[in-house]
Amino acid sequence: MSGDRREWPLYEVFVRGKRGLNHVHVGSLHAPDDAMALRHARDVYTRRNEGVSIWVVRADAITASSPDEKDPLFAPSGDKVYRHPTFYEIPDDVPHM
Amino acid sequence: MTTIPAEPDLEARLQAGFDATIARRDRIEPRDWMPDAYRKTLVRQIAQHAHSEIIGMQPEGNWIGRAPSLRRKAILLAKVQDEAGHGLYLYSACETLGVSRAELTGLLLSGRQKYSSIFNYPTLSYADVGTIGWLVDGAAICNQVPLCRTSYGPYGRAMIRICKEESFHQRQGYELLMTMMRGTDEQRAMVQESVDRFWWPSLMMFGPPDANSPNSERSMAWGIKRNSNDELRQKFVDMTVPQADALGVTLPDPGLRWNEERGHYDFGEPDWRELAAVIRGDGPCNAQRLAHRRAAHDDGAWVREAATAFAEREGAR
Ligand SMILES: [Fe+2]
Ligand SMILES: [Fe+2]
Repeated sequence: MSGDRREWPLYEVFVRGKRGLNHVHVGSLHAPDDAMALRHARDVYTRRNEGVSIWVVRADAITASSPDEKDPLFAPSGDKVYRHPTFYEIPDDVPHM
Repeated sequence: MTTIPAEPDLEARLQAGFDATIARRDRIEPRDWMPDAYRKTLVRQIAQHAHSEIIGMQPEGNWIGRAPSLRRKAILLAKVQDEAGHGLYLYSACETLGVSRAELTGLLLSGRQKYSSIFNYPTLSYADVGTIGWLVDGAAICNQVPLCRTSYGPYGRAMIRICKEESFHQRQGYELLMTMMRGTDEQRAMVQESVDRFWWPSLMMFGPPDANSPNSERSMAWGIKRNSNDELRQKFVDMTVPQADALGVTLPDPGLRWNEERGHYDFGEPDWRELAAVIRGDGPCNAQRLAHRRAAHDDGAWVREAATAFAEREGAR
């Protein structure tokens, strides 16, 4: 088969669902360049008004923590339960908390 | 003196971590360690699923140019475009397991990987567009809803997106059939004839009976599958019978009746030799479907080449 000289790079796609929300990762796709990646992302991931803004990022430009680093990287938050609202006991009759 | 216990070997520790994640019904993510057999099973299942979405565009695509109104044509175009999207979500999920898109495309085009048997049946009348939406997408929904909770993260997330879109597929099909059933005797006969052809192949979409499905048990232990083939088939029958009544069509199974004791419908046995033959490549449209897919791939080669050349030129500036 001709035309597959080399595979197009992989892009990760992030969509802002509506104003006020963060962009969220929705999936990935292949495209020859950034502009085409954005066009494809629009067709593949937002056919039903799923978003008001799209980011595409080449997958090879992303730096990620690996599962092996998981413990040292995420452990500190594990013992800081006081960062979570459920840590605090509030009487039931206090409204709007 | 106490002896220092030997460090348990790495593979066993990784396996234990994987097993614990599965036991918690938590998700496995792409960068996690996973057993080779788990990875292979997933690649095969997700790839076949992706191929099914892509090949599945053909039977309905057959009627886009002949849809009876602009409204029906726009609906059908949107539906077929969705199926392309489903294929792309699933190819992406599959690639997170370390296979490339080119490899997957090659496996489909060379016939080394399969797609759902249902797409090897022809669409002989326009009523088939409605029947496919109702029964084939309906059966797909039964299969896919539990897969939203599958143990492999990217697969489950793709299934969630797909399931959101499938209910449009089923409803447009059912509505199409309802419209025809309100029409002339000839139109009602078309609907019945179409349902007669698609009923049994739809039941076969759930795969062979559990007793005959050797890999099912392992897939369920791994949380890849959440329900057995027979469970899902029963669920589909139970859902569909009242829909058929409301529509006014007869499902072509003399053995179909409510079983008070079981709380389910009893139904006849599909022809498993027919399913085996279609999977083997001897269905009515196997050759045509693959030939069409190969031609589309080859016809698109110049577009891929042009886009690559353009990207290279722009990149060189
Ligand atoms: Fe689909
Ligand atoms: Fe569908």
